[in-house]
Amino acid sequence: MSDATSSLTPATEAGVWEADYRDWIALLKPRVLTLVVFTGVIGLIVAPGHLHPVLAFTAILCITVAAGACGAINMWYDRDIDAIMRRTRKRPIPAGRIEPGAALGFGITLAVGSVIMMGLAVNIPAALILALSICFYVFIYTIWLKRRTPQNIVIGGAAGAFPPVIGWAAVTGTVDLVPLVLFGIVFIWTPPHFWSLALWANEDYRKAGVPMLPVVAGARETRRQIMLYTLVLVPLTLAPFFMGFSGFPYCVAATVLGLVFLLRVYRVMADKQDQDGCSLTGDAPAKGAFKYSIYYLFALFAALALDRLVG
Amino acid sequence: MQRLPVPEAERRRRGRSWAIMIALIGLCALFYAITIVKMAHL
Repeated sequence: MSDATSSLTPATEAGVWEADYRDWIALLKPRVLTLVVFTGVIGLIVAPGHLHPVLAFTAILCITVAAGACGAINMWYDRDIDAIMRRTRKRPIPAGRIEPGAALGFGITLAVGSVIMMGLAVNIPAALILALSICFYVFIYTIWLKRRTPQNIVIGGAAGAFPPVIGWAAVTGTVDLVPLVLFGIVFIWTPPHFWSLALWANEDYRKAGVPMLPVVAGARETRRQIMLYTLVLVPLTLAPFFMGFSGFPYCVAATVLGLVFLLRVYRVMADKQDQDGCSLTGDAPAKGAFKYSIYYLFALFAALALDRLVG
Repeated sequence: MQRLPVPEAERRRRGRSWAIMIALIGLCALFYAITIVKMAHL
């Protein structure tokens, strides 16, 4: 963290007390939480076995709180670059509504509390994987990779891929091949999803000095990488069917959703560009691909759960 | 950052207090429910 940080995050004696409760909720990154929690719920639904509804709710709550805690700790660590980027400068810490130390304490308390609760109420393996996912997100992604390598979200994407494994472990107490495939799907989905965003937020990342792929390798190479990862992703989503874990309806849904995703990504590749590969259309196809990638993962996991429940 | 007018700061403080109270009541209810479920499976 740079020395400039303190001047960018003006904490006054009244700072903590003037924060609205909505600011504390904003620290949890609620929009990101939605997808994380959803994939965790799906892991819990598709796992063989039964978990009492109260304990299932507790497991989901622990995943939600832990993911929120990661968001709070991330906002604490990234407060200097958040103040520079247009997309993030209104967050509670750079806007001066919450003191950085208070945000860190909030995040650590929630993280530790969620792991302890998962261990006591659900089971130890789920709690250990939850703790691993928190450590991975905070130490590997946020602190180590994010500011050092354009592969930040490739490796760091693993942190967001843990929830289906945790949901599965909450029911079964173990981890086997199926949750690892779900982990792989989210892991491979993350780069095309995030790089689509990075294509149009390129300038923000450049100003903040974050080595996202478009900043380091250029927009053209980023589009190529988005296509490569999507080409790996679509066949991988069919793995549950070929492993005999899901039925034909899921196979059809995954194929259709995947083909539409490929079409979206093709449009990103074919976007009108200048000599440097910069979009001449305001990155409209990349924005479309980013939005679709969110619906894609929702729909894919929902299809898997429906297939398991109905089939 | 500028200090907020007293009524506004008061309103926000009250909002936070309500949020903490709701969270604590929710946690108590959840712990109670978890205890009942765990005891039933002993």
